Amino acid sequence: MNAAINSLDELLTHAHALEHEAVERYEELAGQMEVHNKPELAQLFHKMAALEQQHVDKVKSLAGGQPRRLAPWDYSWQTEESPESVPVGGGHYRMNPYQALSLVLASEERAESFFSGVATHTTDPVVRETATQFALEEKQHAELLREWLTRYPKPAADWNQDLDDPVSQE
Amino acid sequence: MGQAEVITPMYSSKDYKSTVKPIWCPGCGHFGVESSLFRALAHLNLPPEQVGIVSGIGCSSRIPAYTQCYGFHGVHGRALAAATGLKLARPELTVVVTSGDGDAFSIGGNHFIHACRRNVDMTLLVMDNEVYGMTKGQPSPTTPGDWDSKIAPGGTGVNPFAPMAVALAAGANFIARGFAGDPNGVAKILVEAIQHPGLSFVQVLSPCITYRPEEKFWKKTVHPNPVAPTRDPAEAGHRLLSDDGFTTGVFFIGDRPIYTAAVGVGEGSLDEIEEHLAI
Ligand SMILES: Cc1ncc(C[n+]2csc(CCOP(=O)(O)OP(=O)(O)O)c2C)c(N)n1
Ligand code: SF4
Repeated sequence: MNAAINSLDELLTHAHALEHEAVERYEELAGQMEVHNKPELAQLFHKMAALEQQHVDKVKSLAGGQPRRLAPWDYSWQTEESPESVPVGGGHYRMNPYQALSLVLASEERAESFFSGVATHTTDPVVRETATQFALEEKQHAELLREWLTRYPKPAADWNQDLDDPVSQE
Repeated sequence: MGQAEVITPMYSSKDYKSTVKPIWCPGCGHFGVESSLFRALAHLNLPPEQVGIVSGIGCSSRIPAYTQCYGFHGVHGRALAAATGLKLARPELTVVVTSGDGDAFSIGGNHFIHACRRNVDMTLLVMDNEVYGMTKGQPSPTTPGDWDSKIAPGGTGVNPFAPMAVALAAGANFIARGFAGDPNGVAKILVEAIQHPGLSFVQVLSPCITYRPEEKFWKKTVHPNPVAPTRDPAEAGHRLLSDDGFTTGVFFIGDRPIYTAAVGVGEGSLDEIEEHLAI
């Protein structure tokens, strides 16, 4: 269960960190895919970063400027990091589009569940309304991703086999 | 959220990032450690030009290239020697040494012991993946003796090194362990480590997904330290020696005297010294 968030300021503080860190992680993954010559996946992660940036901008405009920032460990996440960030260790240089989309889908689902949890547990009607709206937007992303997933094959059993490991030596 | 400290942001993580894209394998734990380090520096509001990040060689040692702070990518195993010189010459800088278990405990093992003993005010961050990642998977000092691989069939049969216990015995002033999959937890430890005077040693379990794919499951193995850190070295020693190697948190916070350079007046000019040394 999320710790109760009972003011719009607290909600926007959390929403801003969640969306902003999602952008950073998607850009990081895009960079990784570029380095490992996976342009299709790099494009997907850039696209996701751009989508999440729209959420960052929306949160900022609702807050009337830059929302407050807390120490990284003081946010009320129930996950190791903010819920919309693909977890460290999530990617792989041999993953296929199906796996990449699954990572993204899981992130959107965690974000949806975070905001619906806030809406359920808050005592503040404005927080409830705003969190419900945020949850709905994440749900729409998730539905779109589920549809995209149907277009790609699941990975073969030996997808991570590589006879030429990826690291360069010094 | 009542108790949370509100930060007046001056720097954010991205202010510490360079434009060089890491060439680590996607999924490598070192990405998490890098995020933690930049989050910690941002939390401390340290200007990037007031921070020196010094490393040796290894995948983990690549961080100086990926930062906007001063970076020194040194010689394998010798990061602590270079960092000691930097800190003594420029005490106003925050010095962080980023290293791997091979770099810090194998070829750099002696520097590790004596850096702890000297207790210069800097932070040693070791990304421990229990393997030599960069050179394609040889066992390191922290690899379990029964780790069976193509390169060491049947395992090495050698007991793994216990870095935290060694650091304590050698004189480190702050000893902690984190897990790369928990970047906010590691950031918190790093903030404390950087703020604490003397040699702070932080071991971060950082999975090598390419040569030790089973380390992905460390996220299920790590568990938080149930007790508060101690200031008593004997108690810390007892805890560290009975620990399973997967407990995260701060173990020891010491108050040992730190080493600073005694700036004396040399005898004679540089030219005279050179003349003396000439054969
Ligand atoms: C003097 C010297 N000896 C050996 C090497 C080869 N070498 C490069 S990195 C490395 C080990 C790196 O392992 P670790 O420090 O654990 O870092 P990781 O790559 O696992 O992050 C070795 C033996 C070298 N570069 N220089
Ligand atoms: S070889 Fe291992 S340590 Fe090196 S970048 Fe790849 S996963 Fe990380």
